[in-house]
Amino acid sequence: MQILVTVKEVGQLGDEVVIEDGEIAESALEYDLNEWDEYALESAVQLSEAYDDVEVVTATIGPERSDETIRMALAKGADRAVRIWDDALTADGAGDETPADGLLDTRVRVELLSAIVEREEPDLVLSGVQSADAAFASTGVALAEEIDDAWAAVVNDLEVDPDAGTASVHRELEGGIEELTDVPLPAVLTIQTGINEPRYASLRGIRQAQSKELTVLDLDDLGIGTDAVTGALETTALYEPETTSDATIWEGDAESTAGELAAFLRDSGVIEG
Amino acid sequence: MSDVLAVAEHRRGDLRPISHELITAGRELADATGGELHVAVISGDVEAFADSLNREGVDAIHTITDGEEFNHDLTVESLDALWSALDASYLVAPNSVNGLDYVPAIAQRLDLPLVTDAIGLSLEDGLEVTRERYGSKVETTVAVADDAGAVVSVRDGEWPPAEGVGDATVESFDPGVDESAIHSTVTGFQEVGAGDVDISEADFVVSIGRGIEEEENLELIERLVDATGATLAASRPVVDNEWLPKNRQVGQSGKTVTPDIYIAIGISGAVQHVAGMKGAETIVAINTDPDAPIFDIADYGIVGDLFEVVPALIEEFGGETA
Ligand SMILES: Cc1cc2nc3c(=O)[nH]c(=O)nc-3n(C[C@H](O)[C@H](O)[C@H](O)COP(=O)(O)OP(=O)(O)OC[C@H]3O[C@@H](n4cnc5c(N)ncnc54)[C@H](O)[C@@H]3O)c2cc1C
Repeated sequence: MQILVTVKEVGQLGDEVVIEDGEIAESALEYDLNEWDEYALESAVQLSEAYDDVEVVTATIGPERSDETIRMALAKGADRAVRIWDDALTADGAGDETPADGLLDTRVRVELLSAIVEREEPDLVLSGVQSADAAFASTGVALAEEIDDAWAAVVNDLEVDPDAGTASVHRELEGGIEELTDVPLPAVLTIQTGINEPRYASLRGIRQAQSKELTVLDLDDLGIGTDAVTGALETTALYEPETTSDATIWEGDAESTAGELAAFLRDSGVIEG
Repeated sequence: MSDVLAVAEHRRGDLRPISHELITAGRELADATGGELHVAVISGDVEAFADSLNREGVDAIHTITDGEEFNHDLTVESLDALWSALDASYLVAPNSVNGLDYVPAIAQRLDLPLVTDAIGLSLEDGLEVTRERYGSKVETTVAVADDAGAVVSVRDGEWPPAEGVGDATVESFDPGVDESAIHSTVTGFQEVGAGDVDISEADFVVSIGRGIEEEENLELIERLVDATGATLAASRPVVDNEWLPKNRQVGQSGKTVTPDIYIAIGISGAVQHVAGMKGAETIVAINTDPDAPIFDIADYGIVGDLFEVVPALIEEFGGETA
């Protein structure tokens, strides 16, 4: 059985938001494996431990910078990795590391990932529910539709029966309700946080990851023309939302702010005794 | 002129509130295009749903009678067939968990650009969608290339529900879905998060988020709870890590709480968290980041380190100071 895990490196914002030329400044971002993909990866690795002959392959769309994150995924148990990048996918079209707006269009990401699926023919594709940065939450399900796989979105419990060729999942709905669903393989599942406990990479894993195969492919390699990655979406503005806050902020050191809050709580009558 | 198709959502016999909000958002778009607003409702008691969906601004309602509960395959096949029968350019749908399960697929099927989780729409020289990135810290507008048409999913609570009584035509539509197109089978539902406490009943909630950093630090919050008599709750990452049980989780996939006072400590205020606590009478936030979105909905705030503020607060109430 082969499991393909989509792995995205995302920029995380610290306390300081810096916007330059309508984009978030590189200096304000710290790059890491997307939180949701971390759980998807762990699910895949756990399946590879539970059953014989399971290969876990990661698929990434991203610049060279992502290799560090991909190596971490390899260190946590993926067997090999594929990364897609091309000058045509960069904002300036000449290889800077900022992704082009084209990639906002789900159809473009699906075009690229379905080319990987065609090469690898996985039995199961696991992707995160959403990416922490753009948060479109659309890649996995759109990919499933494109490659004619079954699917399930927002999965927080997963059992795979490789012999029967089925996955039994829980889909986490709103308000503490889960939907129990059976899907036939091959399938694409989008994985929700909390489904498992993602492991830390061991030192041994990190050492081994260095020698695992990481294949980099460009559009030519995939037989995809640049027209197919243009997309129909364009970011026309990016800004910090105007604060709508009319909160009273208690100023001062910890003692005085805690004092204000304590006085407020006493006045409000919620404190017993 | 181009029409708009809005897709209603229901669960276990009830329309979900987003359905009526979608009518408002869809009407806004239809007004801008000069087109009609169509509404689709699939499965369940479609007659009763159609009655409730027939609000001001709706031109036509299409009912599809098949099954009781949501099934994504049936939804995609039905919408695909209905889309062919209509002359619509925009499809608006809920950005709900079930929305996540079919909206990307129908967009892909129809080969339309998709913009999810919209909080604003404008249609002048083309469709422009306002949405957030990075957990509500950044807002963007995304323009859809002219005349492409689009699928847009809409965040709940952003548009007011449509009101009044409309005079829409209600027609049953037969999408002619083939059995073989249905791959996934829903076998049941399960309630989670039962347990000893019901945080939704509490008057005074202290809620802790990822700012707590380590499981062992939770003890600090427990001492605050002991000293004040508050009920302990948490954001998702704390529950995902199994530091607290699921019945303590506040938010979209956890509990909805409506206490007199909600103190959010080390919680950024992501939309899925806010969904579960915005109904609190008074919200207090303690966070090191002055730009954290939680301050937008807070009534009182302390910009500071919880590891300094919370011990000082415990001391105020004569609690155990470690
Ligand atoms: C389908 C779906 C359903 C979801 N359902 C839920 C749900 O039900 N409930 C829920 O909560 N989330 C839910 N989420 C997750 C949600 O998107 C956020 O990821 C989550 O709410 C973030 O939790 P947080 O605020 O604790 O963590 P973060 O967003 O990481 O915020 C931590 C905050 O702590 C602050 N901080 C750090 N250190 C300190 C310190 N020393 N002192 C003070 N402040 C500090 C930081 O400034 C930051 O603002 C859901 C997501 C999806 C996709």
